[in-house]
Order: sequence, then C-alpha cells, then structure tokens
Amino acid sequence: MAAPMLEIRDVHASVGDKPILKGVDLVANAGEVHAIMGPNGSGKSTLANVLAGRPNFTVTQGQVHYMGRNLLAMKPEDRAREGVFMAFQYPVEIPGVNNAYFLKSALNAMRRYRGEEELDAIEFLSLIEEKLKLLGLDESFTKRGLNEGFSGGEKKRNEIFQLLVLQPKLAILDETDSGLDIDALKIVANGVNMMRSPERTTLLVTHYQRILNYIQPDVVHVLVDGRIVKSGGNELAHELEKHGYAQFEAAAKVA
Amino acid sequence: MTDADPRQAYVDDFSKFEREAPGADLPWLRDLRRSAMARFRDRGFPTLKEEEWKYTSVAPIARTTFRRAPAASDGVAREDVERIAFHGFRGHQLVFVNGRLDPHLSGVGALPEGVQIRRLEEALEGDPALVERHLARHAAFDRQPFAALNTAFWEDGAFVHVPKGVAVPEPIHLVFLSKPQHEPTVVHARNLILIDEGAVAIVVESYAGWGDGLYFTNPVTEVVVGDEAVFNHYKLQRESEKAFHIGVLQILQGRASNVTDNSLALGGGLVRNDVNTWFADEGGELNLDGLYVVGGRQHVDNHTRIDHAKPHCTSFELYKGILDGHGRAVFYGNIVVHKDAQKTNAMQTNKNLLLSRDALVDSIPGLQILANDVKCRHGSSIGHMDEEQVFYLRSRGLDEETARSLLTYGFAAEVVNRVRVLPLRAALGAWILSRLPASAAVSDAVREGL
Repeated sequence: MAAPMLEIRDVHASVGDKPILKGVDLVANAGEVHAIMGPNGSGKSTLANVLAGRPNFTVTQGQVHYMGRNLLAMKPEDRAREGVFMAFQYPVEIPGVNNAYFLKSALNAMRRYRGEEELDAIEFLSLIEEKLKLLGLDESFTKRGLNEGFSGGEKKRNEIFQLLVLQPKLAILDETDSGLDIDALKIVANGVNMMRSPERTTLLVTHYQRILNYIQPDVVHVLVDGRIVKSGGNELAHELEKHGYAQFEAAAKVA
Repeated sequence: MTDADPRQAYVDDFSKFEREAPGADLPWLRDLRRSAMARFRDRGFPTLKEEEWKYTSVAPIARTTFRRAPAASDGVAREDVERIAFHGFRGHQLVFVNGRLDPHLSGVGALPEGVQIRRLEEALEGDPALVERHLARHAAFDRQPFAALNTAFWEDGAFVHVPKGVAVPEPIHLVFLSKPQHEPTVVHARNLILIDEGAVAIVVESYAGWGDGLYFTNPVTEVVVGDEAVFNHYKLQRESEKAFHIGVLQILQGRASNVTDNSLALGGGLVRNDVNTWFADEGGELNLDGLYVVGGRQHVDNHTRIDHAKPHCTSFELYKGILDGHGRAVFYGNIVVHKDAQKTNAMQTNKNLLLSRDALVDSIPGLQILANDVKCRHGSSIGHMDEEQVFYLRSRGLDEETARSLLTYGFAAEVVNRVRVLPLRAALGAWILSRLPASAAVSDAVREGL
C-alpha cells in the first residue's frame, strides 16, 4: 500500500520559545479533505505553518512524513516544488513584483524541478484565463503588484488562484475563509472543490463551520491546546457549530 | 593661505585659466567667475562641522590636486559610448568627453523652429544676453562651495533652449564621459536648460567613466521652467568606482508648470547630489524621485531642498536606497514652506533597504513650515529585508537567493517604473538585474510583455 499523503506523528512545535503544539497526530490519505478546527490560540495556524516550513516555527519533537518522505528535513521551496502549498492566512504584499510574472516564474520553477517543459507566455496566459474567470477576477488582476493594495478578499482569492495554477498535491488552507463575505466564500470554496481529486489532499484550517457548508470534509479534527482532542465526520463540525469549543477546552484542561 | 591649503592650487590655476576661459572677453562673465572664485577662496571646502555636510567628508577631494582634464588623447569610439550609454536610445544627443563636446559622437536631429541644443560656449557667442540673464543666477554659489568652483572654472556643457509653446518630443541626452589620465583630473561641466512658457521637453543627463583612474566630476545644471511648461529630467550617474561626483541641480518652476526629476545614482566612490527646486509662482507640480544603489565602500549623499515659495503648489518626493557591503548613504531632505505658501501639498518619503550588516544610512527628512494652511507629510525607513516576504516567495517554490533578489528588484521597481524614457527604464532595470545574485531567475519573473 502506498504511504499516506501526510503522516504527522507526535509533533511538538514552538514559535520562538513558546511551545504551541504539544503532540499532534494526524494521517491524511490521497483524495481526502480534512478540516482542522479549533478555538483561537489552539495551534491550528502553527500546524499549517510547520508543514509549510516557516522559519522560527521549530519542531522540537515528532515527525512529519509527506508521501513517505521526511517533510521537516526539506527547505520551504523544496516542499513547494514537491507539491505542498499553503494558502496564507495573511498573504504578504510585495510591491514592484508583478502578480502574473511572479506566478509564471513560480510555476516554471516547479516544472523545471519536476523535469517538465517550462510554459511560455502564451501557454501560461491560456492556463490562467479560465481560472481567473472562475474566481471572478478580471485581467487587470494579473497586471498589479503581488497582493499590492489588494483588499482582504482579493488576497484570499489570489491564494486560491495560485492554488489552481500550481496544482499542488497537498493543499493547506490556513483560515482562508476568515474575513470573507458569503459570495467570496462560495467562490473560494468552489475553487477548493475543483481541486478535489483522488490524487490530492486538502487540509482546511478554520475557526468556523461556515465554509464546511460548501466543502464537505471527509474528516474533521478538533485541535485544542496543541493537541487533536477529537476526530470525526462532518457531523462533528455541526456539533461544534451548536455547542462551541467549550466542552473540548474544559476536557483539555482536565487532561 | 599657505601652500598646504587645498584652496591654493585652485587660486593659482584660476589666474591662468581666466585668461583662456570661454567668454574671457565678456566683462559680466569675467566678473562672475572672479566673484565665484573669491567666494570659494573665502569659504573653502565644506567640513563635517557644517550641518549640510555633517555626514559627508570631502577631505579626499580637498587633499587631491586635480588637473583640469585635457582632451582625451586617444579618442573615444562609438562602441565605448554605447557600452556606457544605453541601448535603443532615439533622440538628440550631445556627448562630452573629458568636458569637451565630441561632435562625432554627438547627433542632434531635426528640431522644431527656435529650439537650441548646443554647447554652452556656442550659446555664449550666439545669444550672450540670454545666457547672461540666467547663468549662475539660480544655483547659488555663495552657499554651495562646489557650485562656486564650477562657476569659476566651467569650460563647457550643454545649452538647451525650448521656446514658448514648443514641444520637443524626443528625449535630449547629455552624456558626460570621463577618461581619466595618469594623474587626477577634474571636469566642471556646466549646463543651462531653458524651457519657456508652455514648452515641453525631456532631458537625460548621463555621467560615466572608464577604468580605475581617479577623477572628479563637478557638474552644475540650472533649469528654468516657464509658466505651464512640462519638463522631465533624469540624471543617470554611473561614474567609475574611484570617482568623485559632486553635482548640483537647480530648478526654478514657473506658474502651473509640471516637473519630474529622477536621480539615479548607481556609481561613483564619493558622491554628493544636491537637488534644489524653487516654486516661483502658483500652481506648480513637482515629482522628485531618486534611487541610489550603494555597495563596496561607496558613499552616496543625496541632498534635496524644495522651496514652496508660492501657494497652491504640490510636491511629491520619493527617494529609495539599496545598500550592500560597506556602502554608506545619506538622505537629507528639506521642504521649506514659505509664509505665504498656503494650500501647499507636499509629501516626502525616503526608504532604505539594507542588504548587509555593514551598510549604513543616515536619513534626515525635514519640513520647515511657515504657512498655516498646508498638507505636508514625511516619512523615512531603514530596514533589512522582510523575512515574511522571503518566506512567502519560498513557499511558492522560489529558492532563497531568487526570493531575495526578486524582493530587492521589487524594492527598486517603484522608482524604476516611474522612468518614462523606455530605453532608460530598460537599461536601469537591466543594470539592477545584473547586480543581483539570481539575475536570470529574477529577469524571468519581472520581464515585461509576459
């Protein structure tokens, strides 16, 4: 049997000196969508960033395997080239770097790495055209600086745009739904659903159940105080919606 | 004054020079040179004790004996100029080598009636009254010692005159090349640019040098922009690494005139640029941009002063610096809003990106506001690269070196993209790319025309 797409074993991680993750275990197979839910400060975003390789997020214990390989030993750019993508909670603005040229060079960096032919300008343009339309973005979007002066909603849509163009194997969405109005949320959800396939895995990090009305997860995990305290089906998300995180937080304290 | 006094050599040389200087037979010019020399003799070289020169020592210039540059003996080939100038340039071009116009390298195309693009010395013969009315009337040599030296010793430079209502669509490129000799040489280039009422012109000044010889370029450019005239000015400074470059640009703006100036300081060992602008009437608009890229042991000092002397004028200033190695930069900005200059709108920004631990910047933005109904802001930043941005790019598959190079390019791009002379913009972009470790990858990421 093939190795799982992602296998997280007893991961402890600190941000600076502060321990945040205190033993996370999670296995996600190809074709699955996992939602990771939890209250503020539970470590959801830390987990996402540890997987993407953000500097200063130090794994102090445990292991992460991505398609059977040691993910933590890889540089962030190599993770990206191997097919790991994180949609940022707060995408950074990079003035002076064009949104589309940048994405083209990122895509070609990955294609080179995989030994694939690079795309020329015409191929790239035809590739992005339909994806822009899908996300309700007009062509001027490609002419602007990378996230420069984008509204919060535009930044999130740009992350999903990159996701659709780069076609990763493991997509990690770090609270992509936060701050979106209902229309933008549907657009983002639609983009994520388009990416669903037997070869891909999605980790959906979110505080709210709302986005799960549009993306049906296979597994829902509840992360509290740096540990996954409960995993279940989509019904778990509805339970959280009704009763909140209080019961799990109380349990975590007792433990 | 003793022989050891650095002024002495200039004083001695002046008595010889003034007899053979251009316009030596014109009494007003002789008097002008003499008073400038007297001013320099009394004042001497600036020292670190002076507020305006606090961060830039000119001791290396004071202690060097420079000879006025002789004509380059072995000539200069067109390829040399093309290598140093920029490709694809279409327009009018005057090329000065060691301060002297090289007619073979220069080329002025068909011009609208009345437009003059010629040597200043020629203008002195052709239209002495016009030159007299403006020369050294704007760039004050009483307060600027290097302008005083230039006023005393200038031998040639460009004269550009665009008469009322005339537009010169092609850029006018003034190229100053230094080909240093065995001993240190100096060129005091002098330019006078007159853009009359309602006229439109673009002028690019380029300064560059060869080899590793020691030389000193001390240019002064005076610009008078008439009412409702539109003037774009660029200064591209790519002197060689040992060169001293001390330049003064003085711009006088008429009513409802529109001026952009972009100062691009890429070369030189010890560099000082003074840009002074004066709103002489209402409704003027000024965009003052600058980019300095400083590495090795280079020292680049940009001093700008904008005088809002009249109401309803607008100035936007953006200077950005990239520093590496032991590079050192100074930004000193002064916006003076005079008492009657109500409804002034002024914004001054200086941003510096440090790429090394040993680079150093002194940024001194400043506003002096004497009017009470104005909108003025200024801001300054000095910082290393944003690691959030680096991580973002790496998380999209760019290696670290490419990410850092791309961010450096992006930092400069804000100024580069304001250059409206496209071959100049391309040359500038290419020059910056060539300095980046991951230039090929970045070139791919920023190339226009996707």
